Amino acid sequence: MKRAFVWLIPHPFVTLLLAIVWTFLQNEVSAGMVVFGIILGIIISRGTSIWWPNTPKSFRLDKMITYSVMVIWDILVANIQVAWVVLTVPNAKLKPAWIVVPLELRQPEAITVLAGTITLTPGTVSADLSDEGHSLLVHVLHTDDPDAVRDDIVNRYQSRLKEIFI
Amino acid sequence: MNAEIIGTYAVAVCLLIGSVFTLVGVIGLLKFNAPMSRLHAPTKVGTVGIGMLLAASMIHSFVIGQMSLHELLIMGFLFVTAPISANFIAKVNIHRGDCETPPSPPQDDTWSTLNTPQEDRTNDIASQ
Repeated sequence: MKRAFVWLIPHPFVTLLLAIVWTFLQNEVSAGMVVFGIILGIIISRGTSIWWPNTPKSFRLDKMITYSVMVIWDILVANIQVAWVVLTVPNAKLKPAWIVVPLELRQPEAITVLAGTITLTPGTVSADLSDEGHSLLVHVLHTDDPDAVRDDIVNRYQSRLKEIFI
Repeated sequence: MNAEIIGTYAVAVCLLIGSVFTLVGVIGLLKFNAPMSRLHAPTKVGTVGIGMLLAASMIHSFVIGQMSLHELLIMGFLFVTAPISANFIAKVNIHRGDCETPPSPPQDDTWSTLNTPQEDRTNDIASQ
């Protein structure tokens, strides 16, 4: 029974997400459309599971929600800071820097979320991963202290993601 | 002061904030001189600029009584896809040498963008 369930729903979160997206696309909640969304979620995640063989072992949804709220707040604050830099700092005084973030995360999903978070926060763009995936290259627009930015990323985002993707 | 007037003001404020951030993003794109610095400007437009314009659209749809939540989906898809395009542009900049060469990573050999086989590297230079 359990094996049949795993065969039918290899990625439960993908199924759930597709059902929610389908319901949102309809713009109204009706039982028929929710059921159809769940059917679509099962068919699509089953059909594409061959390209996605590894599932994340465990995932803490509650901590992910608090993490998302924190990231949205950081995006708002950083936006205002970067807008100030864009408008006031002339090109000659701009101090861009490369920083190297040591990665303790090993799962591809977790590294993707970290890199996406860094890019969405204005002022930092994640540029590249080292060839064996032990460090992340980040470009900073304007900073006096690159080490402080690196420590901020490690302490603020990476430590939280380590608790989300156990 | 009924709900409709408050809603209209909220829509106007959201539109204003969104437009200001979009304008700042465009100024940044035009003003900076290095390709990697320029890349920072659109990330701002992609988050707060678009987010506020979509919030205005959502509030408007609530005020006129036709609830619409499509904007949440647009925001979600943008937040998922925007970092990928930024990452690709950064990789192209590194690959073409348009920016300062990044410091080599402490543990591994090199960055994955620069990790091309030797024969491909010579082909690249020959084709340019």
